Amino acid sequence: MTAVLLAEFGGEERLVDAIGKLREERIQIVDAFTPYPVEGLGAALGASPFPVRAAMLVGGLGTAGLCWFIEWYSATIAFPFDSGSRPHNSWPVFPLFPFEFGVLMAGVFGLAALLWSTGLPGLNHPFFEARLSARASQDRFVLAVAMPETPDMALRLRDRLIGLGADTVEEAEL
Amino acid sequence: MSAIVSGAQPLPSAGDAVRAQKVERLTHVDTIDAVNTLVSGPLLDRRRWRRWWIAMIVASLLTVLFFGSMIYLFAKGIGIFGNNSIVVWGYPIANYVWWIGIGNAGTLISSMLLLTHQHWRAAINRLAEAMTLMAVAIAGLMPIMHMGRPLYFYWLAPYPNTMALWPQWRSALIWDFWAILSYLLFSIIFWYTGLIPDLATLRDRAITPGKRIFYGALALGWRNSARHWHIYQTYYRTMAALATPLVCSVHSIVGLDFAASLMPGWQETIFPPYFVVGAMYSGFAMVVVLCAGVRWGLDLEALITTRHFEIMAKVMLMAGTVMFLSYATEWFSAWYSGRGVDRRFLSFEFTGAYAPLYWIMIFCNCIAVQAFWFRSARRSLPAIIIISILINIGMWLERILIVWNTLSHHYIASMWRLFYPTLWDWFVLFGSLGFFAFLYLLFARFFPVVSMHEVKELVQREATS
Repeated sequence: MTAVLLAEFGGEERLVDAIGKLREERIQIVDAFTPYPVEGLGAALGASPFPVRAAMLVGGLGTAGLCWFIEWYSATIAFPFDSGSRPHNSWPVFPLFPFEFGVLMAGVFGLAALLWSTGLPGLNHPFFEARLSARASQDRFVLAVAMPETPDMALRLRDRLIGLGADTVEEAEL
Repeated sequence: MSAIVSGAQPLPSAGDAVRAQKVERLTHVDTIDAVNTLVSGPLLDRRRWRRWWIAMIVASLLTVLFFGSMIYLFAKGIGIFGNNSIVVWGYPIANYVWWIGIGNAGTLISSMLLLTHQHWRAAINRLAEAMTLMAVAIAGLMPIMHMGRPLYFYWLAPYPNTMALWPQWRSALIWDFWAILSYLLFSIIFWYTGLIPDLATLRDRAITPGKRIFYGALALGWRNSARHWHIYQTYYRTMAALATPLVCSVHSIVGLDFAASLMPGWQETIFPPYFVVGAMYSGFAMVVVLCAGVRWGLDLEALITTRHFEIMAKVMLMAGTVMFLSYATEWFSAWYSGRGVDRRFLSFEFTGAYAPLYWIMIFCNCIAVQAFWFRSARRSLPAIIIISILINIGMWLERILIVWNTLSHHYIASMWRLFYPTLWDWFVLFGSLGFFAFLYLLFARFFPVVSMHEVKELVQREATS
């Protein structure tokens, strides 16, 4: 777990301004918690959606390929049924099942990757111990910065956060 | 470790907002807390639900009728319906096409409006997505009810079995099975993913332990982390991008159930796109009715505004006009083909035994909606609701007439026979409406009907601009 100072801001602009200024001062930003997605903030904090995209692509195409193979195998080898003299390998109608199921499985794989990337489900995270955590889902913007090593520096950082417009500052662990 | 070391504002308790909102009713939303109050307030307050209970009793009675009819059907067989040896498809198939059409619209509306950056969708997308889940689930029951041996429906899935049988991949009915199954499960994931941040808000605003546990478990521990939002949004937008072609393919496949046959009135290349537009049309009409009901029941006038209804009226006007064009194309193609059977079929539509219903359908689907050319009609909620209900009736008539007209008027005159619905046909139709209402009322009681995090973003953006 990382010791942090949580600073609560009343608006998106104040949070973004504070992050910019703290970065210039080389203060380590651990995370930010916002009631709705703030454009560009997650990427600026180093989050990468690549695993989700990759999982959706691989899961979708892999499933579609498997579905096509099942169709071909069952229609030509396992159960070559003559339906109105149409060819056993009726490839023009084969894409429908792989497409439908492939899209579904892209969603399933993406969801699994989303949960894996975000560490969810995680009902017992230490963030929930902080009183400010409940406001982050409602109407406040919470910034987590790494706790300095000494109490003096922590005090100075707290004052700096209030100077940047934080309404409340709280010690917590993430 | 957690301690407030500095604070300029006191932290309100979780129930403060809920208590505060009982004092005054919000008529305008200009802060993100107002969004929380409006949407989550009713879910966390036990005393507002008298209207809900009245609706629930009616819906429950119809649900009992639906499942009672289903049990009787499974005991007695499909002879209890009006189907006969000529008109082998009846109400269940028409109901199926109608419900799947409504179901298609929810995800289509949500995903298309997201991809085209229509921010006003935030007020209606959750309602529409929930409508999809329930409508598709009911639609999926209809073909099973229509089967002579419903206990074997799983034979549509490919699995190794002692009979060494495999599905017939060249059959449109197999495509249907996969389309419905995939679409239903995909829609559940899409809906639930969109719901997670709002469930976290409810978790944090809940004042009773039971509700905190209920919403907390469903929120999966969502913390509103900016990193998580970034990954979440990528996933959600990709799902929306996948949903749009999926929805179009699903209803196109339903259209192919008919178009892949050799019957007059069915064997038409226009069917897949025409079915997709019809689905969007009936779905928007159903969304309007649901929005009006939810808005009234949960006092959401400040969130679902007249402007939303006006935009939806414009979309329905567009869809209704395309439907009119599609019907006209069908009529022209039947006449222009010069084939006797197609011309006889066209004549049967306008002058045959079902002609009164056909004219009513044209009025409901093509004529009534033209009122939306006038701004006064688009801004009148009663007018929009009445026209939306007419569209839903018209679209159901379209579905049943597609089945009846063609099957009642085969190639040879010795096979001309009409369909007469039985009481059980009506029980299943109205019972399914009741079951839909039952599920929808449960959704409205326990889940936020408006996407809070999206509306909050919208409110903040408007406040900033």
